[in-house]
Amino acid sequence: MSTSTKSIQELTDKEYKYGFVTSIEADTVPRGLNEDTIRLISAKKNEPEFMLAWRLKAYRHWLTMKEPTWANVHYPPIDYQDIIYYSAPRTKSDGPKSLEEVDPELLKTYEKLGIPLSEQKALAGVAVDAVFDSVSVATTFKDKLAELGIIFCAFSEAVQKHPALVEKYLGSVVPYNDNFFATLNSAVFSDGSFAFIPKGVRCPMELSTYFRINAADTGQFERTLIVAEEGASVSYLEGCTAPKRDTNQLHAAVVELVALDDARIKYSTVQNWYPGDKDGKGGIYNFVTKRGKCLGTNSRISWTQVETGSAITWKYPSCILQGDNSIGEFYSVAVVNNHQQADTGTKMIHIGKNTRSTIVSKGISAGRGQNTYRGMVKILKGATGARNYSQCDSLLLGDRCGAHTFPSIEVKNSTARMEHEASTSKIGEDQIFYCRQRGISAEDAVSMIVNGFCKSVFRELPMEFAVEAQKLLGVSLEGSVG
Amino acid sequence: MLEIRNLHARAGDKEILKGIDLVVKAGEVHAIMGPNGSGKSTLANVLAGRETVSVTRGEVLYEGKDLVAMAPEDRAREGVFLAFQYPVEIPGVSNLYLLKAGLNAIRKHRGLPEVDAMDFLALVKEKMKLVEIDPSFMNRSVNEGFSGGEKKRNEILQMAVLEPKLALLDETDSGLDIDALRIVARGVNAMRGGSRAIVLITHYQRLLNYIVPDRVHVLSAGRIVRSGGKELALELETRGYSWIEDAGRGAGAAAS
Repeated sequence: MSTSTKSIQELTDKEYKYGFVTSIEADTVPRGLNEDTIRLISAKKNEPEFMLAWRLKAYRHWLTMKEPTWANVHYPPIDYQDIIYYSAPRTKSDGPKSLEEVDPELLKTYEKLGIPLSEQKALAGVAVDAVFDSVSVATTFKDKLAELGIIFCAFSEAVQKHPALVEKYLGSVVPYNDNFFATLNSAVFSDGSFAFIPKGVRCPMELSTYFRINAADTGQFERTLIVAEEGASVSYLEGCTAPKRDTNQLHAAVVELVALDDARIKYSTVQNWYPGDKDGKGGIYNFVTKRGKCLGTNSRISWTQVETGSAITWKYPSCILQGDNSIGEFYSVAVVNNHQQADTGTKMIHIGKNTRSTIVSKGISAGRGQNTYRGMVKILKGATGARNYSQCDSLLLGDRCGAHTFPSIEVKNSTARMEHEASTSKIGEDQIFYCRQRGISAEDAVSMIVNGFCKSVFRELPMEFAVEAQKLLGVSLEGSVG
Repeated sequence: MLEIRNLHARAGDKEILKGIDLVVKAGEVHAIMGPNGSGKSTLANVLAGRETVSVTRGEVLYEGKDLVAMAPEDRAREGVFLAFQYPVEIPGVSNLYLLKAGLNAIRKHRGLPEVDAMDFLALVKEKMKLVEIDPSFMNRSVNEGFSGGEKKRNEILQMAVLEPKLALLDETDSGLDIDALRIVARGVNAMRGGSRAIVLITHYQRLLNYIVPDRVHVLSAGRIVRSGGKELALELETRGYSWIEDAGRGAGAAAS
C-alpha cells in the first residue's frame, strides 16, 4: 500500500468528538408504539384535539405501510416496538420560561457542543432553538424577533400559542401519509422548531436549530415547519450531534418549508450525527423527509446540506415549484467514511411557468463508505419555460469505497431546458504528491483537495457555517491520509 | 549539496536507473540530457520522492542527509523543489492558496513565522512580473484550464516564491514556444547564483542556449555515459544521441 493510500485511511480514522452523554433525569415513556403511546405523547404536550386526530390518522395509515427498500442502503430490520418514542429532560414546571430556568447541565451540554445558549455569549446574529432528545429546551432571541412579528419557537409551543398557523400549514408540504418514515414521524413527533416570518419582513438574524440526541434507545422524531409570507425572507441553519453508542438509533425527522409570493427561504444543514465506529458498529439512522413548497410566484427555496455524520443517511430535500417563476436550489456535500452509507439527493418538481432549479451534488467516499446520489427532476405539462441544471460529482478516496448516481429526468413540456453534468474521480496520487512537493503534508493536501472539490457548495453556506463545514470535513476525513 | 552514489531505482518491476553517480555543488547549474526512456524523469522522481519509483541500491545525500529516507514534504521543506514536467490540475484550490500553504509549511519547518496575507501578496506580485503571469491567474484553480506554457511558467513562479536550495526542472522546456522559453529561462537565470544549485533535465539542447550550464551529463539506459562542459550539449546537437548511446552500451557491456 502506498503512503498516500495509507494516509487516506489514517485521515478517516479520527475520533468523533461529540460522543459524550449528558447525565440528566429524563421523563421517558415505555418502549414500543401503539395508540396509547401516541395519546400519551399528545397528552404530555397538552395538545389540542386536531393534533391528536392528525397523529392517530397518521399512525393508522402507517400500520398499512411497508418500510421502503429501494434505497441503496443496507441495515438489519428495525424493531419499531423496541424504540422509546419520547424522552425529555425532567423539569420542575411545564418547561423553562427563560434561559435562567434551563437546567445548567443542559446549558453545559450545549456549551460543550460549541452552541452557547446564553444570549450574551451567543453568536451575534444567530438565534438558536436547542432540541434535546424529544423536546426543545431553549430558544434564544425570541423576544427580539417577536418585535418584528417573527415567531421562532419550539414546535410544541407553537401548537399552544399559534394553533391556527400550525393547523393551516402542518402537513401541507409533507402530508401525513407521504412515506413510511414521514408518516411515523407524523404519528409520534414530539418537538422541533417553528418559524413564521410575516409579510414583508426580512429576518435580521440567522435562525438555527441544534438537535441533540442524548437518551439511549430513543428515536428522535422532530418536525420543523417554516413559513415565509409574501416578500419575507429567512436563512435557517440546522446542526446535529449524538453520543457514541454501540446500538443504532433512529432519527426520522420531517422538515416542511412554505414560501409565498416573493418569499425566500434558505435552509442549511450541517449534519454530524454519530456515524458509528470504525467497524460500522452503532451510529444514527438518519431517515429524513425534507421538502419545500414554492407556493407563491417568484418565491425561492434553497437547500444546502453538508452531511458528514450518521451510519445511514436517507434524505432528499426537495422543492415543489408551484408558483410561476419560482426557484428551487439544492447544494449538497455528502461524506461517507468507514462503513457509512448515504443515499441522498433531491427532487425538483416543476409545476409553474418559468420555474428554475439548480442541483449541485458533491459526494465524497472514503474507507468502505458507500455514497449514492439519487435525484429526480420532473417538468409537468404546465411548466412552460422550465429550466434545470444538475451537476453531480463524486470523489473517491482509496479503493474500497463506492459512489453511485441515479439521476432521473421526466419532462412533459417540450419547452423545458435541462442540463446534466456528472463526474467521478479518484483523489489523485499525483495531486497529493504535487502538494507534498510544495511542502504541504499529505493530510493537509487531502483536506485541501477535498475542500476544493466542495467549494461550489460551501460558497452557498452562511459565513460562519462555511468555516465550520470545512473544519468538519477535515475531521470526518482525518486519518484517511498521513 | 547533492551527492548521488551508485543509484539504482525501479518503476514497477522495471529497473530504470542502473547506477548513477553525480555530484552537484552549491551554486552550480547542471544539465542532464538524454534520449526518451533513458531515465531522466525517473531520476527527478527519485529525488523528489515520488512513490511510484523505488530505490533498490545506492544512496542520495542532500546536504549530507539521506534524501531517500525523507518524506516528499520534508524534502520540499529542506529546500528541494521539483518543477514538474506535467503539473497537475487541482480544481477548486486557488494557485494563491496552494502557494501560500506551501510557503508557510516551509517557513514553519525553518522556525520562521508565517507570512501574512498582505506580505505574501506583495511577494507573489513581484515574482509574477518575472515570469509575466497575469495577476488574475493566482485566483484561478491550480493549473486548471492553463495552457502548456502557462503551467510551466506557473512552476517557475512557484520556484521563485519558495526559493529552494536545490531546484530540479523536469523538461520545463518541452512544449514551449520560443517566447515562453525565453520567459522561463529568464526566470531560472534570475534564480541562479549564491548557493542555489539547479539541475535541468531536458531532451533538447535548445534550453541551454538560454540557461548556460556549468556541467552537462548524458544519461543513457539508466547510466550517465558522459559528462562535460557546456560544449558537450552542442556536440549532442550536431551528432545526436546515438554515438554516445553506442559508447555507453559498450561501457556497460565492459562493466558487466
